[in-house]
Amino acid sequence: MLNRHLYILCATLFFAGLGLFLYKAVYLGFPLMPGQKTDVWEVEVKINFSASGRPVKALLYVPRTSADFSIINENFISKGYGISISTVDGNRQVAWSIRNARGQQTLYYHATIEKMVTGEPPATSKNVKLVPSEYEGADLEAATAILLEAKQKSADKITLVMQLIDIIESPANNDNLSLLLGENPSQQRKIETIIRILSLDEIPARLVHGLHISEQYGKSSPVSWLEVHVDEKWMGVEPVTRQTGKLSDYLVLWKGIDRMVNLTGGENLNVAINIKQSNVESITAASTREKSIHPTFWRHSLSNLPLDTQRVYSILLTVPVGVFLLVLLRNIIGIKTFGTFMPILIAMSFRETQLISGLILFTILISAGLAIRFYLEKLKLLLVPRLASVLIIVILLMLLMSILSHNLGIESGLSVALFPMVIITMTIERMSIVWEERGPSEAINQGIGSLATASIAFLIMSLGHVEHLVTVFPEVLFILLSLTMLLGRYSGYRLLEIHRFKALVSK
Amino acid sequence: MFGLAKKLSGIGIMGINKRNCDYTLVYNPRKYYPLVDDKLRTKQLAIDAGIAVPELYGVIEIEHQIRELPEFLKKYSDFVLKPAQGTGGDGIEIIVGKVKSLYRKSNGHLVTEEQLQHHVSNILNGLFSLGGHVDKAIIEYRVKFDPVFDAISYQGVPDIRIIVFMGFPVMAMLRLPTQMSSGKANLHKGAIGVGIDIATGRTLNAVLKNDVITEHPDTRNPVTGLEIPKWEELLMIAAKCYELTSLGYLGVDIVLDRVKGPLVLEMNARPGLNIQIANHMGFLHRLEFIQANAIRLGSVFDRVAFSRKMLSRVH
Repeated sequence: MLNRHLYILCATLFFAGLGLFLYKAVYLGFPLMPGQKTDVWEVEVKINFSASGRPVKALLYVPRTSADFSIINENFISKGYGISISTVDGNRQVAWSIRNARGQQTLYYHATIEKMVTGEPPATSKNVKLVPSEYEGADLEAATAILLEAKQKSADKITLVMQLIDIIESPANNDNLSLLLGENPSQQRKIETIIRILSLDEIPARLVHGLHISEQYGKSSPVSWLEVHVDEKWMGVEPVTRQTGKLSDYLVLWKGIDRMVNLTGGENLNVAINIKQSNVESITAASTREKSIHPTFWRHSLSNLPLDTQRVYSILLTVPVGVFLLVLLRNIIGIKTFGTFMPILIAMSFRETQLISGLILFTILISAGLAIRFYLEKLKLLLVPRLASVLIIVILLMLLMSILSHNLGIESGLSVALFPMVIITMTIERMSIVWEERGPSEAINQGIGSLATASIAFLIMSLGHVEHLVTVFPEVLFILLSLTMLLGRYSGYRLLEIHRFKALVSK
Repeated sequence: MFGLAKKLSGIGIMGINKRNCDYTLVYNPRKYYPLVDDKLRTKQLAIDAGIAVPELYGVIEIEHQIRELPEFLKKYSDFVLKPAQGTGGDGIEIIVGKVKSLYRKSNGHLVTEEQLQHHVSNILNGLFSLGGHVDKAIIEYRVKFDPVFDAISYQGVPDIRIIVFMGFPVMAMLRLPTQMSSGKANLHKGAIGVGIDIATGRTLNAVLKNDVITEHPDTRNPVTGLEIPKWEELLMIAAKCYELTSLGYLGVDIVLDRVKGPLVLEMNARPGLNIQIANHMGFLHRLEFIQANAIRLGSVFDRVAFSRKMLSRVH
């Protein structure tokens, strides 16, 4: 009777969920796979220097919205500095200034940029001024010789530039070249030389600096290339990769022979650039897509909620997936964990820390907390004040870890603050009690069980497909609910239990 | 793996999901749990029904009373201190004597008044209770166990766990404390579990953790083939607990005191599954046999007689 009731309920939920899911997927054509991730990048420039009490002015070239890149968001982070942004000769420059600064100074520029896929040709520009080469005497003769050599082997302006690059990059000893370039020329010097040679043929060209926005993560440094004016358009030529045309992977920072950062009043300048592709799927893009296809359905769906709320739900809706997994691991496999839902909360915090660093941080935090908890045991404190003390210590430990890892330059250490501290406190308390009552092996066993469960839950919950599925089709939660309820009447053995009772079979 | 599971179910081994799903959730109504989860209520229930229990010396309910503890304990040279709602034997302190102002625990260690008071405070704050809510501390008579167990127990008190299903004793086990279990009678702590023949009260197989043994590891005396005294009486007491608690699936823990005879220590609405390992036998066939054949039998005497007569044949 009981079971029949349950089966009917579960079947109803299951088919209701499945039906709605199929209706949306097949009839309304909601996408089953996550859409293309929009190309959003985080660019961070960190400027470090030491100041000695004099007025400081730091100038930094920053990107501007162009046909290829649009700046979604920009931040200038500094302590006590005045900030002004100006446009000089088509370059955008931010100026940080302060009357009096002393000691180590750090300035941040942070931008979120989106790569546009336009496919349009570069914009036309007329009336381009030719900058004279200013070569004289022997230099002029050497430059003319190189130009003639290149011209003979080329057909048009672009191939001429390529030939010039070939000549300049060729390892063969060329007297004309060494006269113009000097010893160990920099990339910028080479490009400048090409521009000057080109101006002898009355071809306008200019030096451009920027960042290569690629799939790579992490540290980056500015690269230089040149732009040649061809058919009233600026065409880019990258001297290293030999890429020509519209260099759509290159984010322009500034044009001309200037340096990226100009600092007055400070010393020991150090510039670090970090580029990271942003993982966030553009929910805005997804919802506008749905909105245009199915106006009525859209009005009652998740994508009609404010963006912030949507973001919360995109995380929240993966929790049932994790919880379902937890039921499987605990009731079917028989893994022991501290607290029922603790692994899920830990898994959620792994979203911010990432798995490996999350595991390391968590283990360090729990071990340190446990050591202190064992010391507190000697003081014979009452339960609630003791728990409160452990909580305070956990927060202090988190702070300490953040500061330490930040000083060591490990950014992931900062995210330790996202761990659920109350859960950690309770874990430490339970673990120390299990440790004393049931022995260290049992405590460590359960600790490993909890972490393993959290890791698996994190890996499943953070799958792009899973997140997409539950946010676009929240009705799959009905299916999940029905399965979870069915598992609630699973009376078979747990996998680890079979191992426990194995001795009884061998009889 | 599936082959193993099939074999286990073939010999009637009950898993934890089976126990929860088809027995405790079905036969044990939630509202009766407090009767057995709170040892004070269990005690009162047993006394009202004329079942002997260890004498209650006192109860500590609020932090303030802890200060009067040493004064209160002056009257007693030995006693047991335990949480009213403890689980798995956690938080139980057995004091066997006093040395000046110090208390001697059953394992020979001495504790100070302050340590004892801190322990009581931990109990009151719910450290050992299910779900961590506020608890009471019980001070009661320390059982002096029957001399029959002298040779096979190390510190602590051996007890007899009898599983009672719908009032029928189904399976029984003798739990012997060892050095490893530090005098506690809980199998997960390293106590020995010895299966008992329901019909005769004679001990059968013994297990320590998951290993089959024949002698006590500390005293080196055989633990099998031992006759438990007053077996009929023990079974009657256990069977009677069904009417007391209305719990269909129940574990009853009884000790044999050398003077006062069988005393009910506590009852458990979610008894563990290790008793199957100790008896080298699964529950399920017996439970199903009772469900099929004897559910109508009324009196305690009839039920015990049925169990003794029939169950030994069911494997």
